[in-house]
Amino acid sequence: MDRVPKFRPGFRFQWEPAQDCYVLLYPEGMVRLNGSAGAILAEVDGDRSVAEIVHRLEQRFPEAGSLAEDVAGFLRDAEAQHWVALS
Amino acid sequence: MTPAARNQPTIGPPLWLLAELTYRCPLQCPYCSNPLDYAQQEQELTTEQWLRVLRQGREMGAAQLGFSGGEPLVRQDLPDLIAEARQLGYYSNLITSGLGLTEAKVAQFRDAGLDHIQVSFQASDPELNNAVAGSRKAFEQKLAMARAVKAAGYPMVLNFVIHRHNIHQMPDIIDLCRRLEADYVELATCQYYGWAFHNREGLMPSRQQLATAEQQVNEQRQRLAAAGSAIKLIFVTPDYYEERPKACMNGWGSLFLTVAPDGTALPCHSARLLPIDFPNVRDESLRQIWYDSPGFNHYRGDSWMPEPCRSCDEKGKDFGGCRCQAYLLTGNADNADPVCDKSPHHDRILAARRAADHASAGLESLTYRNTSNSRLFYRSG
Ligand code: SF4
Ligand code: SF4
Repeated sequence: MDRVPKFRPGFRFQWEPAQDCYVLLYPEGMVRLNGSAGAILAEVDGDRSVAEIVHRLEQRFPEAGSLAEDVAGFLRDAEAQHWVALS
Repeated sequence: MTPAARNQPTIGPPLWLLAELTYRCPLQCPYCSNPLDYAQQEQELTTEQWLRVLRQGREMGAAQLGFSGGEPLVRQDLPDLIAEARQLGYYSNLITSGLGLTEAKVAQFRDAGLDHIQVSFQASDPELNNAVAGSRKAFEQKLAMARAVKAAGYPMVLNFVIHRHNIHQMPDIIDLCRRLEADYVELATCQYYGWAFHNREGLMPSRQQLATAEQQVNEQRQRLAAAGSAIKLIFVTPDYYEERPKACMNGWGSLFLTVAPDGTALPCHSARLLPIDFPNVRDESLRQIWYDSPGFNHYRGDSWMPEPCRSCDEKGKDFGGCRCQAYLLTGNADNADPVCDKSPHHDRILAARRAADHASAGLESLTYRNTSNSRLFYRSG
């Protein structure tokens, strides 16, 4: 929870109006992200820890209840995919 | 909307834009995918025209941008194009042979906003590399530039086109990539278009060679995983050894838009060889070209399909395969891709496989891609 996620070199996260979603771009590839994946990765700035990201998302989506497990799980997957590094 | 566009399902935006900036190139790879008669097209788009293409593409939703060629470094305006691409929000990829690259340019491009540089190699050792590339100094230069790309903090993608003369090097190639600290390695077996189609007999690996290579790649994958390496190996196997065709370009005019050096807009970088009139960005906007031109609407949807594709339940999966391959092998681009074993022309693929089992000619039998050979093709063509 104290670890800080950061996009790996070569990965760029941005909003694409034409696709109406967030995408992750990397060498000759692109992943379209669903709403929750986009919302989580939009909080990744290389400074915030997983705990801070969870806190910010819980404030933004109070009706969603506790998000710690979902967010941490998603970021672990993102690490396994080599999208982000957790340090 | 034009009548042609009206009877189409829905046409999504071109998410990938490939800018083939030039056909000029210092190398002579005999598998080059450029058209055989490339020397005939000498009028390259101006900087202003390319900038307009980039703006129009981005407005339509293109997110991935490739700068390729030929050798894109030949274009002196490359830094300006990169800077504009960054400013517009593209993820930009430079596909280069490494010749003409310098450490200063690697840094300059980085500052201009280039996201990724892919350096292509011809083999894992200087002798074979330089013999395939038709250049004596290519290998050393490539090594130096691969290191410079890595040192500048780009993700490193190394590309090897694989054919019967280098397929035995698989373990050495992967070893070289590991030493260069590549992040991605593309082991792309030759696709037979352009010069590669002309040279197919001298390039196509045998089934035995391919089986050995596949096994070696799998072993190397396990070794890399065991060593905790993050290198991604992407082995593109040749469709000539498949019984179903590839879903070429994810469907005609569905995601990819290529602009050739002279401004011709194409649904893929080989499509220029088809007997279809393709539009030019000098005359029309990219939007008109993508949504309304007869060239781009030609093979959208599936109403154009003859049998066996028409009544096949797999047509939504592979779209009948590659139009260029159908044209090159059957003389009619509407036909099913002969890779498919339901195609009445599948015997042509089988014949190529048999030929590959018995081929013995060396590199010297190949026609190298250069301007004087290219002129022969359009004089005789
Ligand atoms: S394949 Fe070889 S000859 Fe063709 S453009 Fe690339 S480097 Fe040049
Ligand atoms: S018949 Fe046509 S649609 Fe069916 S699998 Fe073969 S190529 Fe694909």
